Amino acid sequence: MAFWRLGITGGFLAGAIWAPLWQLLVCVALIIGSDVQIELQMGPAFITGIIMGAFATLYKPNNAKIYFSVGILLYALLLFLCSFGAPFGSLLTDNYARMIVSLIIISTLSFISISLTVGSLKAGMVTKYFIEAFYSRLMWGLGLVFFILIVLIPFYVMVLTSLKNQQSLLRNPLDLSIDFSVAPEKLFNSYIELFVKYDFLTLLLNSAFVSVVTVFITLLFSIPGAYAVAKLRFPARQWLSSSILLIYLIPAIILVIPLYSVFSQLGLRNSLFGLCIVYPATTIPVALYMLKGYFSGLPSELDDAGLMDGLTRWQIILKISIPLSVPAIASVALYVFMIAWNEFLFAFMFLDDVKIFTLSRGIVSLDSTEVPRQHLMAAAVVATVPVLFIFLWFEKFLVSGLTSGSVKG
Amino acid sequence: METGKPKKTEGVIARREKRLALRLLSPTFLLVMAIVIFPLFANFWISFKPISLADLRAPTIFVKERIKGNLEQIGEKLVIEYRYRNSSMKYPLSNVSFSDILPDGVKLIQIDPSCEIETVSAKTVIKCDLGAVEPKARGRIILDVISEMPLTKEQFNVPEIKPQFEATNILTSLDFSVSNYVKIFSASEFFEVLKTTIYYTFFGTTGALILGLFAAQIMQKAFPGRAIIRGILLFPYVAPVIAVAFSWVVLFDPFSGSVNAMMIELGVAEKPVNFFGQRFAMISLFGFQIKLPVALSMVILFEVWRYFPLSFLFILARMQSIPSDLYEAAEMDGATPFQQFWYLSLPHIVGILAVLFLLRFIWTFNKFDDIFLLTGGNAGTRTLTVNVYEQAFAISNLGAGAAVAVVIFMFLLLFSILFIKFTPKDEA
Repeated sequence: MAFWRLGITGGFLAGAIWAPLWQLLVCVALIIGSDVQIELQMGPAFITGIIMGAFATLYKPNNAKIYFSVGILLYALLLFLCSFGAPFGSLLTDNYARMIVSLIIISTLSFISISLTVGSLKAGMVTKYFIEAFYSRLMWGLGLVFFILIVLIPFYVMVLTSLKNQQSLLRNPLDLSIDFSVAPEKLFNSYIELFVKYDFLTLLLNSAFVSVVTVFITLLFSIPGAYAVAKLRFPARQWLSSSILLIYLIPAIILVIPLYSVFSQLGLRNSLFGLCIVYPATTIPVALYMLKGYFSGLPSELDDAGLMDGLTRWQIILKISIPLSVPAIASVALYVFMIAWNEFLFAFMFLDDVKIFTLSRGIVSLDSTEVPRQHLMAAAVVATVPVLFIFLWFEKFLVSGLTSGSVKG
Repeated sequence: METGKPKKTEGVIARREKRLALRLLSPTFLLVMAIVIFPLFANFWISFKPISLADLRAPTIFVKERIKGNLEQIGEKLVIEYRYRNSSMKYPLSNVSFSDILPDGVKLIQIDPSCEIETVSAKTVIKCDLGAVEPKARGRIILDVISEMPLTKEQFNVPEIKPQFEATNILTSLDFSVSNYVKIFSASEFFEVLKTTIYYTFFGTTGALILGLFAAQIMQKAFPGRAIIRGILLFPYVAPVIAVAFSWVVLFDPFSGSVNAMMIELGVAEKPVNFFGQRFAMISLFGFQIKLPVALSMVILFEVWRYFPLSFLFILARMQSIPSDLYEAAEMDGATPFQQFWYLSLPHIVGILAVLFLLRFIWTFNKFDDIFLLTGGNAGTRTLTVNVYEQAFAISNLGAGAAVAVVIFMFLLLFSILFIKFTPKDEA
């Protein structure tokens, strides 16, 4: 009789993993909200989890409402008893209302995780199928938590550090809380400094200017080009559409020395104009590639109809192709904007003059021992917020843009 | 004899279409030529030249005028002195000449043999021809004059002297050498750099691919809030590299970083680890002593973290195009979840995995920003791309930097050939 083929083993395992995990995460969240030392009660959570895991495999009523209410309450009660009335150690013992709310939150998250993981698994002997389904549910849940955490932690640290001051940063690096009780001008001190002392408004405007110009030039060049490659017959067409992709694989780092040399001698180097030439040249191939794919999908009968009605090809592009491919053009524009906004190498190599710095270039100049770390992080937030905002706002467009074109890194 | 075959000559419409295509594509073509293709070939050119960063400042000649003697005294002998200097330390100038207008009221008594006097619109103009001037060379030209009326300094200095000269432009000159290549290949660190690049590229690509596969597997299941979480998972890729790189640096800082503080609190480490500045650390694992390259592992982790969203997105798109009735059929046949993944999902996505691997391999190989911002290429993280910057701009040897760039290009060419050869036709 194989021990691991017993459903109840899965219940134990699910409880032993989820309960301490949520205990840890909720406690960290509690600590972020208040300035107290960590005091984790992992042992009681572990025991509670194992018992509740077994419970989830044994007790399977038809009514989900009753099931979850009973489970959550039982979990809270068990955790309370196992920790001798102090589920968060000495933390929150002075505030019963908050303790009960936190206890309910922990119990809800833990029990829902456990019961969803256990799912239809029964306590007795089960087939390999159910065991594997159980493990894949367990991995699914853990993976989801894992990915959300690893993605968000660096961003959280970025925002957190930008809202701190030098002393509190060095005093206790583990203090992950944001102290909202201080005056706003003190809390946002780094941001105020950035805009007053380092003139970040100019940098923001420079970045916005370069990115928008890049988007316009890219579209102006790539729409006609993509139309030609997609719809017109000419000798080198096949060759051209495959060489676009190859050009796209050429990295900026091997172009930078010649461009630096030539732009220096032409006096184009230390200027936003220079960037407005280089950026479109690096984005046009990908934009052309993405738009070509979309234009090829448009039926050429439409073009023929237009030709029959006496439109010129230019008019066809303007009046038929562009209006039909607004979503594709939008995703190309957003993608190009993102590339230009985030670009670092050329901005770093080309710009010497503080007045024409883009955000990337400006942030790099803040990376020195004289500038406090929280200013650097505040600058990082300033650079990140617009692009993330645009991304979340237009996520659908951008995601399709990313998948159709971004083989680039 | 007339046959039934259609004529081979192209029709009016075809010709017009060809011309139009040319017109529509030529702006793109010219721009890409100028900013991408031309620099590519210029790299080869520069890599064969002994050229440093300072050489980009064009050499010029400086001429300064000085007058000795009492200007206000009539009949006084004055000495006009022109001092010249070649600003360049390396390059000679040829056909150097300058001219100056003498003010009214002076009479020349002796002039330098290299100078001539001309009268241009009632003004006396001195034209001096210096010929070739060696690098760093300086010299002077002296004129003796007698004043016939009181003068001021300003009368001599207006207009200013604008010398004329010809310099060989270092970028376009025809002297070549292979010294750059000899230098980069003979440096002992070159193969170290190559090894680092291959480690970084291989583990970075594979890691991002595996994590992306895992994430896609998770996000394939429908659950409430999936759209939001999919958006969040793309943050690392969408955010500016500069912002995320610096927040990693802050997070792992040896003095004020939370990770180090956490490790010490939990007793994992005794003293802070300088994650981005330490080359190796000895780790004992199951009784074995392992020499772990700390900084290199960290930049690989960063690469994996930043680019798994991309693999995730592509793999997810491919997975969602697998017809769901295949899974239903597998379910009916009693296939376990792992069997479904292994025998059903994996064969469908293996093509996109291969394409992603090759493309990401090329792009990771080309990656510069991430490592440069995290470690500056120190502590055993110098890859070929960082080496380009290091040679060209840190050591100021543009030629050597270009030579490294050529090496990168050669690798790239090799990868592209492999890419074209091994890409399944339907996946590209």
